[in-house]
Amino acid sequence: MANLMTGAEMVFKVLEDQGVKHIFGYPGGAVLPIYDELKNHKKIKHILVRHEQGAGHAAEGYARSSGKPGVMLVTSGPGATNSVTALTDAYMDSIPLVCITGQVPTHLIGTDAFQECDTTGITRPCTKHNWLVKDINKLSTIMHKAFAVATTGRPGPVLVDIPKDIQFKKGKYIKPKKIIKNNSKENKNFNGQNKSIEEAVELIKKSSKPILYTGGGVINSGPRATEFLRQLALLTGFPITSTLQGLGAFPGNDQQFLGMLGMHGTYEANNAMHDCDLMINIGARFDDRITGKLDEFSPKSKKIHIDIDPSSINKNVAVDLALVGDVKIVLEKLITSIKKKDPHFANSNKQKISLWWNQIEKWRKKNSLNFVNSKEVIKPQHAIQRLYELTKAQDTFITTEVGQHQMWAAQHYKFDKPNRWMTSGGLGTMGYGLPAAIGVQVANPDKLVIDIAGEASVLMTMQEMSTAVQYNLPIKIFIINNQYMGMVRQWQELLHEKNYSESYTAALPDFVKLAEAYGCVGIRANKPDELDEKITEMLSLDKPVIFDCVVDKTENCYPMIPSGKAHNQMLLGKKDEEDEISDEGKVLV
Amino acid sequence: MVKSAYSFSTKKEKIEHHIIVVWVDNESGVLARVVGLFSGRGYNIDSLAVALVDKKKNISRITITTSGTIQVIQQIKLQLGKLVPVHKVADFPKNKKILLREMALLKVVSSKKKLEKARKLCKKYKYTILDKTEKSFVLEVSALKKEIDELVKKLQPLGLASTSRTGVVAMTKGYEIYK
Repeated sequence: MANLMTGAEMVFKVLEDQGVKHIFGYPGGAVLPIYDELKNHKKIKHILVRHEQGAGHAAEGYARSSGKPGVMLVTSGPGATNSVTALTDAYMDSIPLVCITGQVPTHLIGTDAFQECDTTGITRPCTKHNWLVKDINKLSTIMHKAFAVATTGRPGPVLVDIPKDIQFKKGKYIKPKKIIKNNSKENKNFNGQNKSIEEAVELIKKSSKPILYTGGGVINSGPRATEFLRQLALLTGFPITSTLQGLGAFPGNDQQFLGMLGMHGTYEANNAMHDCDLMINIGARFDDRITGKLDEFSPKSKKIHIDIDPSSINKNVAVDLALVGDVKIVLEKLITSIKKKDPHFANSNKQKISLWWNQIEKWRKKNSLNFVNSKEVIKPQHAIQRLYELTKAQDTFITTEVGQHQMWAAQHYKFDKPNRWMTSGGLGTMGYGLPAAIGVQVANPDKLVIDIAGEASVLMTMQEMSTAVQYNLPIKIFIINNQYMGMVRQWQELLHEKNYSESYTAALPDFVKLAEAYGCVGIRANKPDELDEKITEMLSLDKPVIFDCVVDKTENCYPMIPSGKAHNQMLLGKKDEEDEISDEGKVLV
Repeated sequence: MVKSAYSFSTKKEKIEHHIIVVWVDNESGVLARVVGLFSGRGYNIDSLAVALVDKKKNISRITITTSGTIQVIQQIKLQLGKLVPVHKVADFPKNKKILLREMALLKVVSSKKKLEKARKLCKKYKYTILDKTEKSFVLEVSALKKEIDELVKKLQPLGLASTSRTGVVAMTKGYEIYK
């Protein structure tokens, strides 16, 4: 009987065997036995958040910046329901997350007990899988399986719901290696045939207007995938664009890089997508923010789609060739195959795609990210450009909230490494960036971590500043403050006759005083000429900082593909707005 | 200008009817996962039948009849395949290679004359009388869905009082099985 351990002990044994160093959580009645056990496990550090949603986003930030799964621990009922937003966010953006929830004791399940909710029922559609553990002898098996499911194939969140009596009960611990294997949905290898690789190479050789369209899958596939992507770009000389989630997989300042594509992507990226004759989608999913009007999406191109998730193929856009598998494995095969056929492909192909590059350079000359700067008022784009210039020498990690500031950050902050850019893309969760920054800082203690925020978003999870102060996490909250929900305001201007219904925040806290109240430092910049000095001051502080950057209230985010339009019908600035958006376009979001 | 970011479908695409068979671990919540996938992603379930088929391996077989465009049917299969407790997914097209059956229990409550008429009507189907009183009978029919629909319609004026149907189950013909 010596081998028996309690459920609570088993939870930590699993975490230790899985190499978990940090967990983000919030205690409560139904997880007290697990919290009681925490004291015996010095190797695992618990970060106490101020709201369970914060624990989830922090775990996401941790996962995205470290490549390891994020772990959160919360109680039953409200603890579980508060986690739902973060789980859904992780599900949409394919982030590995293991959420452990307490549950009322098994004999009380179904009685509407205090802090009881149907956690597995509620989280079923927002996790890859979830488990309610009713048998102590299955606990360790289930938890190891949970880590396997979260981290293999297309990564995502999982949840293990552990009733309180199971946390007390004693049972046998089963080691991880005996478990995995059975019925795993992991897609470690490329399961297509080499013939498809050959076909891809043929398409690549034939193309005279190619484009690489890369996404978050490249980053999820790990550092080797990024290396291979760079090799592929070098080998082919093809232009390359990236989705919001894929930024950093390819250096943002490289000549071959056309910038981000999609609704707020660059003119050259979107036009190249529209006019190309070969599109190679690497780890992206033809999201509606990318494609715009579907039946005018890249009408003349052959499409190759590399994705680990078979259900991504032909979901939104029908493709000509699907390569289902892990990006790093598929790219490696593809590169080997190209090199075998023609070791100097880039040179021999240069001529063929030179006209295409000329065209792209013409589009590039439009300088679509340009904006009219001002000496009186800080332009938000300018603020982000200055922030970039003053931080680019360091290895900087950027998180964002959701809205205009997020798009400006994606446009004007250039990344040259993966895992440096954490943003909520699929779900679009306002309030993501601050807790995510906490997770990033925990995973990367000596690095500079900045949340480029909007004042409306950041107020949704502002309470986590208290967490940052408690653990001495010197995160920098750089608020682009225009007093509006800027993206809502922009849509109202373009689509709802400037009826700014409820998008103005008439009462905002004084962010400098708020920072002081939390025990961190507040800095405000009002004028363009003080911006650099204030940013430098922020960067010099080894403490959490809230930076209130007061910007132009009416600036809009361009370029933009408006509702009901295709990639080659972008708005580049104020002047273009005159073209009315159709009534049909107005009902779209 | 109709389509955009969230696009409306302009083309009228052909709707196909398919039978999807799913082998799953027989565990609590598994049916909810399958059904939730359909409702959450807006797929149709025309009928559904489920039962434990392998006690030793603890595997249930779910038979779903569904309709949608080719793309939607493809998505249904791929999305189902991603669920952790799902072992395999088969798509049985509705053609001559597939056997389909649905079973129904029908209770008719009526006058003697009408009961007699009802029984005559049933003769062209394979049926068994399971229970009989002077005012009623309960019969069991196993047939194609279409045939049961027909029978139900005919029995209605003759005092059909209660109908219970299983949903379609399916099996391939010949010696081949889905691996």
